[in-house]
Amino acid sequence: MRALPPPPKKNTQRRTKVPTLPPLMRSRAALGLTAAASRSELRLQQCDDCGSVLYPPRDACSSCLSVDLSWQAVSALGTLLAQTNVHISTNTYFRERAPLRVATVRMDAGPSIICHVHADCEAGARVQMINRLDKAGQGVLMALPQKVTPNMDDDPQLRELTAHPKHRRILISDGRAGVVPFLVEALQEAGAGMIFVGLPEDWRPEPNGQALRDRQGVTLLPMDVTDTSSIRRMAGEIGGKVDILINTARFVRPGGILDRRDTVFSSDEMEVNAMGMMRLAQSFGPAMMMRGADGDGSAVAFVNLLSIHAIANDPAFGSFNASQAAALSISQSLRAEMRSGGIRVMNVYAGPTDDEWHQPLPSPKVAPQALARSIVQGLVDGSEDVFCGDFAKDIFERWCRDAKVLEIELGQGTG
Amino acid sequence: MARRAYDGVVLTAPVTVPYQRYSNETAHWWIARALREALSLAQMKPQQLDGLSVASFSMVPDTAVGLVQHLGLSPRWLDQIVTGGASGITAFRRAARAVQAGDADVVACVAGDTNRIDSFRKMLSGFSRFAMDATYPYGAGGPNACFALLTDHYMKTYGATREDFGRLCVAQRDNALRNSDAIMKKPLTLEAYLAARMVSDPIALYDCVMPVAGAEIYLVMREDDASARGLKSARMASTIERHNAHSDDAIQMRGGWSVDMDEFYAMADCGPHDMDLVQTYDDYPVISFMQLEDLGYCDKGGAADFLRDRDLRIEGDFPHNTSGGQLSVGQAGAAGGFLGLTEAVRQVTGQAGSTQVPGAKRALVSGFGMINYDRGVCSAAGVLEALT
Amino acid sequence: MMNATVLSDMAVKLASGAIRVVDLTHTLDPDFPVIVLPPEFGQCGRFRMEEISAYDERGPAWKWHNFTCCEHTGTHFDAPNHWISGKDLPHSSVDEIDPAAFVGPVVVIDCVEETRADEDFILTVDHVIAWEALHGAIPADSWVLLRTDWSKRRGAAYLNMRDDGAHSPGPGVEAVQLLVNERNIRGFGTETIGTDAGQASDFIPPYPAHYFLHGAGKYGLQCLNNLDQLPATGAILMAAPLKIRNGTGSPLRVLALVEENG
Repeated sequence: MRALPPPPKKNTQRRTKVPTLPPLMRSRAALGLTAAASRSELRLQQCDDCGSVLYPPRDACSSCLSVDLSWQAVSALGTLLAQTNVHISTNTYFRERAPLRVATVRMDAGPSIICHVHADCEAGARVQMINRLDKAGQGVLMALPQKVTPNMDDDPQLRELTAHPKHRRILISDGRAGVVPFLVEALQEAGAGMIFVGLPEDWRPEPNGQALRDRQGVTLLPMDVTDTSSIRRMAGEIGGKVDILINTARFVRPGGILDRRDTVFSSDEMEVNAMGMMRLAQSFGPAMMMRGADGDGSAVAFVNLLSIHAIANDPAFGSFNASQAAALSISQSLRAEMRSGGIRVMNVYAGPTDDEWHQPLPSPKVAPQALARSIVQGLVDGSEDVFCGDFAKDIFERWCRDAKVLEIELGQGTG
Repeated sequence: MARRAYDGVVLTAPVTVPYQRYSNETAHWWIARALREALSLAQMKPQQLDGLSVASFSMVPDTAVGLVQHLGLSPRWLDQIVTGGASGITAFRRAARAVQAGDADVVACVAGDTNRIDSFRKMLSGFSRFAMDATYPYGAGGPNACFALLTDHYMKTYGATREDFGRLCVAQRDNALRNSDAIMKKPLTLEAYLAARMVSDPIALYDCVMPVAGAEIYLVMREDDASARGLKSARMASTIERHNAHSDDAIQMRGGWSVDMDEFYAMADCGPHDMDLVQTYDDYPVISFMQLEDLGYCDKGGAADFLRDRDLRIEGDFPHNTSGGQLSVGQAGAAGGFLGLTEAVRQVTGQAGSTQVPGAKRALVSGFGMINYDRGVCSAAGVLEALT
Repeated sequence: MMNATVLSDMAVKLASGAIRVVDLTHTLDPDFPVIVLPPEFGQCGRFRMEEISAYDERGPAWKWHNFTCCEHTGTHFDAPNHWISGKDLPHSSVDEIDPAAFVGPVVVIDCVEETRADEDFILTVDHVIAWEALHGAIPADSWVLLRTDWSKRRGAAYLNMRDDGAHSPGPGVEAVQLLVNERNIRGFGTETIGTDAGQASDFIPPYPAHYFLHGAGKYGLQCLNNLDQLPATGAILMAAPLKIRNGTGSPLRVLALVEENG
């Protein structure tokens, strides 16, 4: 596949295309596919009784009528049986993107699947199925070539399903975060366009500052997520150029609720971690949503970095984790609100990070390099939920298994 | 157990309410027109009708129940048929047994749908749960993409070409030119067929049916009642229906007919080559090919060769879809599942007029319905014969 | 005709411009620096403002804001209870201070040259004595302001933070003790972020200005502006903090009345 060229400079004489969405409606059963797609996992329904792999999603097994079905990881491999280019669609979203490549793939796991198909897949070829979120935020399946092909990520359909940084302009909200130098490097390796980095309180020294300032393709801007006026000012300047917003701002202090007699740190945690996200969304979100279908460099993603303890509080950082829960809740609302603009709200969850505030904690801790890699991989995959490191994955798995048991374990300090 | 024949039961009063490309009327309106005309032929008042079988996609939010109150009917036997393209035959199978058993004296089997400017789009988005979950989100909603995939696979597997499909479409257009009610009124050449714009390759414009508004009806009653009313009628020698056959096939290359074909012809006491005409369900030519194969005209994959040597026109050696089929007459929703059957009743009763196959006494009618996900789920067939 | 009084005379002079009102206050602005403590300590809240409405759907005819900040944000007042040394004094919180203390005479010690030469400049007893030699003894119960022109600095140069802390001018231990104990001043004010020097944590005792001033019931003023517009002596300072219950300080508008010569 030919490499995607950088998008041309915006023609200011033409109306920006209003984002339209693929169909949003699904059965309740089908939301299992979407849930797996939010983590970019390929899962299909499987009968707990007879083991049949089922598709499309069902309420009962079509082999044995058991109603005990669960979403399981299955072999992603299959054979492309048939394909077509749909030139005419009754749906506006598809009409604007016609012709659409659609294929029938017989999965090694059993079912036949009508799916999106990568341009490099040949008739009769072996393919690898992926499960991704579409612009409506629903899970869809796409067949990729089994082996990596040149510029594979540039396939237009695949790009619709992901938030790939290539040629996209990125705003990193807080350049003081330790992850930022590594994040900038990883984004540029992935082909990112201009990277804007917010730098709060330029009256304070910033160790990252000079290196960022000297880096090609990076522009530092005075911005503080707790200062509405600074965000408004920056949104006024660059709001129409932000394709991906990555919120790196974070305020963290150890301790539970009773470790302090005041709410000063808690208030800072809420202001930065929760309200900061809200302010960024309020100032940058609407402009991003208007540009959700703005060609190859369309706005695609709003990214938050959260502690995995947003889903279950670890009292050692009880106050901070409360702010993370608030931030998670805000992100869930944003996700629904930004859907109509085709903007994906991505949360990257990490365990304890390797920084001054977690210094006395034992390993494993998440290194900033690893966090940067997870963020970029999440964008490349177009995930909604990204779990960085084994710690975060472990907490998430335990939360899925039994949220109450996890709460008890964390409360006992045995988590 | 051997099935009981449809002795003493006939199909009569076939009516096709001429189709319109778009209609602001409702399904109720179209069905009422069909009913009124058929009952008028049978010299019956609406209140005398004691059996009703309805097939429609666009009655929403009504069902057959809402319809009877809407139309002032009071049947003692009521049915709603949901098999789409197979509804003509499946409606008969139920109605005939009711009449045979005395549960109803006369069953009006009616199918009708309207077609507003955007009703096709709306119908597609809510067609089925599997479509909602697994085809519509891919831009593959509706039958075009699904049949494109089947056709692509069929062509690659059996070597059929677009010319092979084109010949069938061109022949049907020739037939349609003799049917003044057909929506398509211009001749179609093979060159024009091949040059048409792609809809979903390899499906091009003339492989697709035109969604239209319209209604079809026939009455099922006892043979002696029909003759007492002075109606010309036909008998059904055999029928089959089958749903979700061959569900393990990776992609649909055959339908339920192949499961039941032997029993079908045994009951009819004839074979595929004993037909004077054949009405296949033709919402894409590849489906007509599959029906011919699965109903014994040739081996699987052999339809292209089989048809290459035959003339499918009304006066040809293999009269097929004599009114022009859905490809040229239009597809009036569920009425598309009746079109071949009402035309066949007219044919074997000598009432087909300008599309009459001379001396037609026996017709094969086949139905195929409901692209629930990746394939048609319902199949049906019947052998219709003139009364001797 | 009314008898001329001090105030009526002053009103005339204010109207004529013979008495000038000088604003010694920085604008409250989210970007204005605040003191930065080691991060494990709670921090001084930055000035933040949220719009409630702006003649729009949130309030069609009016505009207003909520703002938040610390008692010690921007140009601000330090009350004696700000420091542990003054915590048990009577009337040590801003709401209890006699309002008479908010208006009074002010003297300005000009150390602009010394600060230009050394950003860690420390005001010593010798500097005070030398100033008094020129301008006369510092009157009791007057404000003493240290002029360094530090207020003209912008951005990072204002806090002037390095790895070993802030570097900015301030008074030495003995100088503070002289002003407090010998001269019995009302309070001490600076153009920098605090009344103490940037490196005053290493003094004995640490933060002598805070320690001795507040221990003696004296007040502090920080982040002052426009000290270059004040005479060395003869001006009147007006610095009235918000009346916050048990408040340890307050952002405020600091004004000076300066009599024009001739």
